[in-house]
Formats: sequence, structure tokens, C-alpha cells
Amino acid sequence: MQSKLDTTNSLAKMVGQPRINRRTFLTLAGIGAVGISAIPFAAEATPQETQSKIDSIAGGRPINEGRVDITLPEIAENGGTVPVSVAVDSPMSENDFVKAVHVFADDNPLPEVASYYFGPHNGKADFSMRIRLGKTQKVVAMAEMNNGELFIGRKEIKVTLGGCGG
Amino acid sequence: MAKADIKPRIRIPKSVKAGEIFEVKTLISHEMETGLRVNKETGAKIPRDIINEMKVNYDGKEVLRAVWQPSVSANPYTSFFVMATKSGPMEFIWSDDSGTSYNKTVEVNVS
Repeated sequence: MQSKLDTTNSLAKMVGQPRINRRTFLTLAGIGAVGISAIPFAAEATPQETQSKIDSIAGGRPINEGRVDITLPEIAENGGTVPVSVAVDSPMSENDFVKAVHVFADDNPLPEVASYYFGPHNGKADFSMRIRLGKTQKVVAMAEMNNGELFIGRKEIKVTLGGCGG
Repeated sequence: MAKADIKPRIRIPKSVKAGEIFEVKTLISHEMETGLRVNKETGAKIPRDIINEMKVNYDGKEVLRAVWQPSVSANPYTSFFVMATKSGPMEFIWSDDSGTSYNKTVEVNVS
């Protein structure tokens, strides 16, 4: 609390107020709180178009976090060909397997990348491919289990030269 | 790139044991034209022509189907896993927007 008061006081000094009253304090604290909560929210937000594609596959089913592991380089110097691997944690038995994995590049002009369909005969739900990325963004993969459950994973990647342009 | 130049390549282990989960690596040469690019001289959009689907059959079953969008790189590479059951052919079929399909078959040796 002490540090917040200090910040508020210094803010008050900057705007030329010699003393802080209760109303000013609450206003500034409010702005601070909004600012702090807005930062992680922005980092997690999925662009509208990608989200609507994900929602249309989900069709109202809940989407769980986890079980989907995406492997990507930290930085892609060439966005035209970026290696990506997706592995889904599943026993891949006759009764419990991954039916499909849908891959999205959440900030590409066309965010859908690919859908892979599996069955128990695959032994594991693990695949690799190379994709185009227009700019720094997140790769999202959503797995659909045979019982209809959905699991989602995301991984951020920096792209220095985009791969979608002409 | 002329369509005649399109060559699929497949790599699987020389031999596998029954029940073994082995990796299948595939590569096919294809420019995967996104449909987003514009011809700089005429200003016209270059029509989309991508491989939109890949199917793999083995031991009487479809063991993989992949649906691809323009965000898949040119000369698409993909790898995946299959559980070995018995010796026999593994057939790969790629289809592109022009309606052309490309096939390749490899033999799986189960010891």
C-alpha cells in the first residue's frame, strides 16, 4: 500500500497538486487499477476473427486449457516457413483418443491454418508442419477428443519478416 | 512451377515391429499460392492454388487426414505417427485447388 501511495503522490506532484485529497486519490488509484488489469487482458485476448472461428468449431462446448503443447522457435526470421509441432496429451486408446486438432495463426489475414484428423491407430497425437506467419502473434491449437471435450493451447512467436505478403 | 515437377517424398523407418509407433515424414513440392498476392504489373489478384487436403491410408484404414489452408507454407512438409500393425502399402494422396491429385505409396515392413 505504501508504494501505491508514493506513486500516487508523485503523480499528484506531476500534475501540480501540492496535496492529495480523498477524491483525487480514489480517481488516480482507479486509473492505476484499470491500467494494471488491462495489460494482462490485452496479452491474452485473441483477435475477433480467430475467436469466432474457434467458437464455431466449439459450437457452445466449453474449451479447457491444457493438454495441448505447441513447439515453435522463439523468433522466426522468415515468416514464410516456420516449423510448428503440436502434441496432445492422450492415451490414444480405442475409448479415449484425439479426434482432431485445429491450428490457427491468430493474427494472420486468414487465421485458419490446418485441421488434422486422428484416431487410435496413430498411437500418439503429435504432428509437425511448416506454416506462414504474417507478423508477431500467437499460434493456437485446439484439440477435439472423441468424447467431444475440447482443449486449447497457445504459443507466442516473434516474426521479423512476414510470410504472407506479395 | 509446372505441375509435372510436383514430387512427393516420404520417409518411414526401413522396418518396424508390430505395435511400434513410428514417425512418417512427408514433403511435396507445391507453390501453395495463397490467393492473397497481387500481380504487381496488372494489379490483379493471383488466384489461390493450394493443396487443400492430404490423406493417408494403411492397413485398410484412413490413418490421417489433414485439411490445409493458405497459411501452410509452400512445399508443405508434415510429419505424424502411426502404429504398425502389419506389412503392406501406405498410400498418400494430396489434392489441390485445380482438382489435381498426387499419389505415392510406400511399403511398411513389419518384422
